[in-house]
Amino acid sequence: MSVYVNKDTKVIVQGITGSTALFHTKQMLDYGTKIVGGVTPGKGGTEVEGVPVFDTVSEAVEKTGANASVIYVPAPFAADAIMEATDAEMDLAICITEHIPVLDMVKVKRYMEGKKTRLVGPNCPGVITPEECKIGIMPGYIHKKGHVGVVSRSGTLTYEAVHQLSEAGIGQSTAVGIGGDPVNGTDFIDVLQAFNDDDDTEAVIMIGEIGGTAEEEAAEWVKKNMTKPVVGFIGGRTAPPGKRMGHAGAIISGGKGTADEKIRVMNECGIKVAETPSVMGETLIEVLSDNGLYDKCKTH
Amino acid sequence: MNIHEYQGKDILREFGVSVPNGHVAYTVDEAVEAAEKLGSGVTVVKAQIHAGGRGKAGGVKIAKNADEVRTYADEILGKTLVTHQTGPEGKEVKRLLIEEGCDIKSEYYVGLVLDRATSRVTMMASEEGGTEIEEVAAATPEKIFKEVIDPVVGLTPFQARRLAFNINIPKEQISKAVKFMMGLYKVFVEKDCSIAEINPLVTTGDGDVMALDAKLNFDDNALYRQKDVQELRDLDEEDPKEVEASKYDLSYIALDGNIGCMVNGAGLAMATMDTIKHYGGDPANFLDVGGGATTEKVTEAFKIILSDEHVKGIFVNIFGGIMKCDVIAEGVVEATKQIGLTLPLVVRLEGTNVEQGKKILDESGLNITSADSMADGAQKIVELVK
Repeated sequence: MSVYVNKDTKVIVQGITGSTALFHTKQMLDYGTKIVGGVTPGKGGTEVEGVPVFDTVSEAVEKTGANASVIYVPAPFAADAIMEATDAEMDLAICITEHIPVLDMVKVKRYMEGKKTRLVGPNCPGVITPEECKIGIMPGYIHKKGHVGVVSRSGTLTYEAVHQLSEAGIGQSTAVGIGGDPVNGTDFIDVLQAFNDDDDTEAVIMIGEIGGTAEEEAAEWVKKNMTKPVVGFIGGRTAPPGKRMGHAGAIISGGKGTADEKIRVMNECGIKVAETPSVMGETLIEVLSDNGLYDKCKTH
Repeated sequence: MNIHEYQGKDILREFGVSVPNGHVAYTVDEAVEAAEKLGSGVTVVKAQIHAGGRGKAGGVKIAKNADEVRTYADEILGKTLVTHQTGPEGKEVKRLLIEEGCDIKSEYYVGLVLDRATSRVTMMASEEGGTEIEEVAAATPEKIFKEVIDPVVGLTPFQARRLAFNINIPKEQISKAVKFMMGLYKVFVEKDCSIAEINPLVTTGDGDVMALDAKLNFDDNALYRQKDVQELRDLDEEDPKEVEASKYDLSYIALDGNIGCMVNGAGLAMATMDTIKHYGGDPANFLDVGGGATTEKVTEAFKIILSDEHVKGIFVNIFGGIMKCDVIAEGVVEATKQIGLTLPLVVRLEGTNVEQGKKILDESGLNITSADSMADGAQKIVELVK
C-alpha cells in the first residue's frame, strides 16, 4: 500500500503543451507513471510525447478513465483548472503552479467543499510513491521504495530529506509536498492521518517552515492520534520577522509563526526535531532504532 | 506590496469608505498650499513612510494655522524616522499627507486578514483603537471580535452589525459603521489585498465614522490584474537590491551577514541560511532563484548578491527538481566570467541533470569549491570567509 498514488493511478496533465509541463510529462513517463492524457483548451485531437491531448478535463476523463490530474497551468488560470478537475470528479488534483492569487484559492477551497476531489498544493512539488507513480516535478532517481512517509511544505527540502534517507538505505512509502502557500488543499494532518492508516508506512518525517500555525496543529494531532513515530524539521530559524521568505505563506507576522515556537510545540508533542536540515535523515534513523523499526525500514 | 497611507485613503474614498479630506505634499510649499485648499481650522501633518509607529517617532503633528503647517512640514520632510518597524537605520520622509483635523469621540480597530486556519477572509474589530492589535490580542483577547467571511456571499450586513455592536459603537452610528465595514471588505476583495487595517477607526463629534489611518497591503501574486495598484509602488521604500531582484522574478531579501546565498526553493533557501548560521557563519541574504530560472536570471542573481559590499563569499546550493542543475551551472560559469569573480565560491549541486551540471563546472577551469552536501558546503564557505 501507499498514500494517495500507486501503480494503478491514471494521470492526466492539465496544461500539457506548456514547456515545463512537457519536460515533466516526459520525466513522469520515463519514471513509469501512467500518463493517459493531457488537456490544453484548443489543442484537443493532437498528441504530445505519445499522449493524447483533449480540450476539456471532462472529455479527458471520459476517454481515458483518468482518476488523477496534475496541473501546470499558469497562475492566472490555475484556480479555474483546479475547479475543472474537481468538476470532473477526479480523486486527486495536484497543483504544481506557484503564484496563484490567494483570494482565488479562497474561492477554490469553498468550491471544493463537499466534493470528492482531494487537492494537493498549489505551489508544491507533487506526490511520489517510489517505483510506482511520480506525479509532479521531483527528481525521481533520489527516491527508493520503502516504509517512511514524507510530508513537507517545501519542495527542495523534501528532496533533501528523501536524498538523505535513500543514501542511508531508508526507502519511502510516499512523499507528499503540500506546498508553500497560505491556502492549500491537503494539510499536514490529512497526510499524517493517511500515513497512520497506511500499512506500509512505519514512521513519518514532517518538514515545515515559518508562517502560520499548521505545524503546531499537526503536532497536537500527532500527540493525540498518531501511533507511528514522527520526526520533524522547521526551516527559517534565522529568518527576520515581517519578511516573506519566498513562499507566500512563509512569514512571521505579529510575533506568530516563528520556527522556535513550532519546534517547541513539536518537541512537547513527542516529535523529535532535527537541529539542521543536514541531519533530518540521521534524526529519523535514531528514532527508528529507538522504536525497533530500523531493520524493517532498512532496504539494503 | 505596501503603499502609503494617503494612497490607501484614496482607494478607500473611491469605494465610498469614509476618510478625512487630505492631499499629498512633496515640498513645504505644497504642504502649505494643501492646507489652504483644505481650509480646515486644524490640519494634521503626517509623515508618509511604509512603517507604523510614526506618531511616537515625531512624524505626526497637529497644526493650528498655515505657519505651523510650514514649520512642521519643514521639520518632518527629509527627517529620518526611526520606529519599531523601520529598523535602527530608520526611513527618510519624502512625502507628507496634509489632512483636515477631526473631532475624535472614540477610537476603534477594524481589520481584514486572511485566516489561514479556515482559508477564509476574516474581519476583526476591537474597541481598543489606536493600540496595535497584537498587543490587544496578548493583553485582552476578549476584546477582539471576529467574523469569518464566506467568499460566495461576502461580508453580510448582519456580520458587520454584530461586530459594530460588539465593539460598542454608539447606536446612532451603527449603520455608518456597517457601511464602512462593507466598503472595506469590497476594497479588500476587489483590490486583492492581503491586509486592510484601519487603526484607528473613529467616531467624530459630528456623527461620522471614518478611517483616521489606513494600512493596505496587496497580494504580490495578484498584482498582474491590479495595474493601478502597481503604479502606487514607491521604490524609495524598498531595498534597491530587492527591487532589482524583483525585475527578474528572483525572491531576494537582504540580511546582515557576509555569506551570499543562491538557492533554489524557498524552503531550501531558508534551511541554507539556518545551516550557515549553525556552523558559525552569517548569511548576507535569502535568495530563491525559483523553478524557472534561466542562465540570464542566474547571472543577474549573482550580480545582485555581489552588489552587497559586505559579501565575502558565495554559497550556491541547488537541489534540482523543476530547476535543472546544468542551467544553474551555466549561469554560475557565465556570471563568474562576466563579473570576474574573485571571492570564494562554493557550489553544491544535486538533482535533475546533476551530472551535466557538475561537468560544466569542472570543465570551466574556474576556481570553484564543490561540496557534497548542504552541511559540507556551509562548513566550507564559513571557513573560506574567515
